[in-house]
Amino acid sequence: MMNQLKFAAFCAAAAASLAACTDQSVLDGLRGGGSSGGSAGGAGSDGNIEQQTDLDYDPATPDYFNQVLGDKIFFAVDESAVSPGASAVLDGQARWLLDNPGYNALIEGHADERGTREYNLALGARRASAARDYLVSLGVPDHRLQTVTFGKERPAAVCSAESCWSQNRRAVTVISALPGS
Amino acid sequence: MNLNRLFTAIFVACASFAGFSVGGASAQDGPLKIDITQGVIEPLPYAAPAFVAETPEAARFAEEIANVVRADLTGTRLFREIPQEAHISGVSSFDAPVQFSDWKAINAAILITGSARLGEDGTLEVKFRLFDVFAEKPLGAGSRFSGGAEHWRRMAHKAADAVYASVTGETGYFDTRVAFISESGPKDARVKRLSIMDYDGADLHYLTEGNEIVLAPRFSPDGKDLILTSYETGAPRVQLMNVETGARRPLAQFRPDEMAFAPRFSPDGRRVVYSLTRNGNTDIYETDLDAGEARRLSNSAAIDTAPSYSPDGKWIVFESDRSGGPQLYIRRLPSGEATRISRGRGQYGTPVWSPRGDFVAFTKQLAGRFHIGVMRVDGSEERLLTESFLDEGPTWSPNGRVLMFFRETPGAQGGPTLYSVDLTGRNLRRQDTPRLASDGDGRLFASDPAWGPLRE
Repeated sequence: MMNQLKFAAFCAAAAASLAACTDQSVLDGLRGGGSSGGSAGGAGSDGNIEQQTDLDYDPATPDYFNQVLGDKIFFAVDESAVSPGASAVLDGQARWLLDNPGYNALIEGHADERGTREYNLALGARRASAARDYLVSLGVPDHRLQTVTFGKERPAAVCSAESCWSQNRRAVTVISALPGS
Repeated sequence: MNLNRLFTAIFVACASFAGFSVGGASAQDGPLKIDITQGVIEPLPYAAPAFVAETPEAARFAEEIANVVRADLTGTRLFREIPQEAHISGVSSFDAPVQFSDWKAINAAILITGSARLGEDGTLEVKFRLFDVFAEKPLGAGSRFSGGAEHWRRMAHKAADAVYASVTGETGYFDTRVAFISESGPKDARVKRLSIMDYDGADLHYLTEGNEIVLAPRFSPDGKDLILTSYETGAPRVQLMNVETGARRPLAQFRPDEMAFAPRFSPDGRRVVYSLTRNGNTDIYETDLDAGEARRLSNSAAIDTAPSYSPDGKWIVFESDRSGGPQLYIRRLPSGEATRISRGRGQYGTPVWSPRGDFVAFTKQLAGRFHIGVMRVDGSEERLLTESFLDEGPTWSPNGRVLMFFRETPGAQGGPTLYSVDLTGRNLRRQDTPRLASDGDGRLFASDPAWGPLRE
């Protein structure tokens, strides 16, 4: 149980720091540009920083959504409540979806292998729906969001230990471009 | 030894393990507990010499049919074969008088004799008789089956079913099929195919190609149709399939925001109960197949799923987490109150009402282990029959004596295999599933078994 909690906390922290990366001033800082007025502290003068510019994603791309904002949130055992860490990720997803109306999203709900097939299908549906409801509460139109449950059918990690199960209790927001956009 | 007394002994022993009361002979008081070593029944010794080939072309069938009969009977562990090497006399003619003294001498309580004849038109005729060796008389009238030679295995199963019925007083379960899900490929991208085979693993057929996830098939009462959950539309939804033609159709025109799974037929085959998910909430619905109308049977914010009808079709047992974790409930149709029946620690799921009506089989998760168990319909006399990393999804033999389920091994390379176990907890057996030439060399797994009815 402790490991699980620690992992969840880690995920939350990682998600929060990823979300923080979306802050424009931080991005500017990473680029090493002086235009933000040196607010990035003493790190701005090293020319090597420019080698990292290939890490930047165009914020309007699915890659940015998946890699920078994060397309997944994680849940505790048998839970479908959106944790604070998960809500930070969903905040970023919601902003992105509002900024990019040419995309819709399918939210997949998943469960770990420690439950029956039927219950896990229902649990995955609950998780997908919890993520969907959260995005809708931030203004993303309901009709742009679909949900599907995969229960325990499509694990992301395949070991039979909590280190994998915690990665499998998830909701994944899969974005797709609307035809013609 | 008197054979009737032997039969009675076997039956009483079986019945008391299953918690039945047989006349005044019930041997046990109080609830029965899991104990696989408890009450090992002395299996009934039988002799089944090779069947007589009445035409030269029937020799192969005579041999193989006797093999299948022996495998069926011995596999139950209620019968013990006396090997042919020990036989004193053979059977050279189906109608020749039986030398009972030769069979008594090797302690065979019953003798099974048979013959096979292959007609010029390819029709196979199989006859068999059953004898009570110690009473020195036939047991029942004997049977004759005829049909296309390709049905020889089914004739053998029918003969074994007749023996089982004569000796136990209950119908057999050998001439049956099992639908299941064949699994291949890596754990995070399993290819799942709807499959059907004889209960003993013979005659495998794939009914879907593996292009979409399919889950948990269930037979119609006549065995001609299956109902299953399929991702053909991208999300889990219930489909009906004709076993013979493979034709599929959706149970209903589900809306894009609806998912449906865990279906089962009613005992009369005219209704289907399943769970339907809307807005993340899963409730139980029933659809009348003739009228096509769906009725909502539960309406709670909880997960209500895995419904199963009672044999009279008037009740359902289902799984709900309305009290916190998943537990088992029963309710009368159409509008009774749900009553919780599971009372132990742990989480309960996949309840299945026995075809005899007396027990509910279930999956139980407790302290990191999974069990197949049974309890009375009122929740009493809970007994756990198995234990492993993951045992799940029991299905009853049509006579309610045996449960099949799947057992999954852990780890990235792990996967599920079918098993069966008696209602008593005895005779846990791995049921290997066959491989077709087209399957290649990769590992194959099997899950979600559904035991079909006795065939006509």
